[in-house]
Amino acid sequence: MSLPNIETLFTALNADLSRYLAEQSIQNPLFVGIRTGGVWVAERLQHSLALQGDLGVLDISFHRDDFSYIGLHPEVKGSELPESIEDRHIILVDDVIMSGRTIRAAMNELFDFGRPASISLVCLLDVGRRELPIQPDLCGAVLSLQEGQHVKLTGPSPLALTLA
Amino acid sequence: MSLDPCKVQLTADGRLKHFLTTEGLSKELLTEILDTADSFISTQERDVKKVPLLRGKTVVNLFFENSTRTRATFELAAKRLSADILNLDIARSSASKGETLMDTLWNLEAMYSDMFVVRHGDSGAAHFIAEQVTPHVAIINAGDGRHAHPTQAMLDMLTIRRHKGGIEGKIVAIVGDILHSRVARSQIHALRTLGAAEVRVIGPGTLLPHNIENLGCNVFYRMEEGLKDCDVVIMLRLQKERMQSALLPSESEFFKLYGLTEDKLRLAKPDAIVMHPGPINRGVEIDSTVADGAQSVILNQVSYGIAVRMAVMAMAMSGQQQEKNERNGEGA
Repeated sequence: MSLPNIETLFTALNADLSRYLAEQSIQNPLFVGIRTGGVWVAERLQHSLALQGDLGVLDISFHRDDFSYIGLHPEVKGSELPESIEDRHIILVDDVIMSGRTIRAAMNELFDFGRPASISLVCLLDVGRRELPIQPDLCGAVLSLQEGQHVKLTGPSPLALTLA
Repeated sequence: MSLDPCKVQLTADGRLKHFLTTEGLSKELLTEILDTADSFISTQERDVKKVPLLRGKTVVNLFFENSTRTRATFELAAKRLSADILNLDIARSSASKGETLMDTLWNLEAMYSDMFVVRHGDSGAAHFIAEQVTPHVAIINAGDGRHAHPTQAMLDMLTIRRHKGGIEGKIVAIVGDILHSRVARSQIHALRTLGAAEVRVIGPGTLLPHNIENLGCNVFYRMEEGLKDCDVVIMLRLQKERMQSALLPSESEFFKLYGLTEDKLRLAKPDAIVMHPGPINRGVEIDSTVADGAQSVILNQVSYGIAVRMAVMAMAMSGQQQEKNERNGEGA
């Protein structure tokens, strides 16, 4: 199976996101990327759409649901969000969505900072295999991987997709 | 006690599963504790201060000796990790009715506890308990006799790192009652491992343990010499309750010679920070103008104490969890 071209993905995602923000009448979105790949994607999208403002960063290590299985992630870097997320329209960004558990953890963590007006989910790739009822509002492409296959975003410059 | 306390606190692959002493722990592991604590500081500044890491776990604060600050910060740390916490003041309970230490522990284990935070007057108590408890129960040493107080030492390291940019290359003086201080021992080990340029101990001969220089520090009997060019001055509390013999002429005499005043602090570097593990005896080991002055970071230490205790509890629980999974995996 071959991976899609990353520039093509970004071009399509940029256009979709621009249309989406207009449809939803979101004027001043707050981009929040999930460490590490999601932050790169969020930076790129925010830059391409020429949107101003701080970029939020979420490290979901303290909110994972697999602490009982794999313990604490040894390299927790912490989350950084702007002063207040109260009543903000959040564009939550991750590189690859699979089980949906990361997004569940990220949304739980976001609510520790306040009550946003809305959260929209944007992912570069959707590889299926969902375990929770969570779907992206926008995604660059849907892939079906073979069992045991994983796709990974490397970066930050250049951004590239690799299959493992 | 058959095993080295440093080994007892680590899993087979070198991760923390108890926290008994800073002695013998690697620079990498001490740094991991500080990095994790740094992340927890950011969670403490949010509206919602809790994270769900230890949800469903039960932590028992087992204090055989009085303590207010340490116990309170361990309690807050456990609560902010979403654990349930039970505070037991053993000094006033079963032990005074004649129950042995191990009977007390077995009873607590029967209540499905996951972690004991232990403060005890005897050196080695936490290590002894760590060897006796059922696997999967993590032991955190909250101070044992004159031996160690590792979480205090690590919160002091975090304070230095955050206020001086790092520990490497710094000159650190520890002043006062070193003889009775478990804090000083844990600090010296951590400072040496983390690369301090020089660790000095300053105090009267009667309050300095024999051969303390073997731990890798330089001994000074006069503040005028010991404070010169220091980046960090750590004052220790004069432990009145541990003074069983006449080690000092009087408190006022001690203050004259070893109390930290503005004049004496001028001998250190102009941007030196002043630390104290608390509780402070104003006018005995530290002057109020210094304790409340611009160079004092004493209250910052208390805030960092919560983050460091959260880090150590999360890491030890994580290590226990891994061992448990491996054991279950082998059994399957």
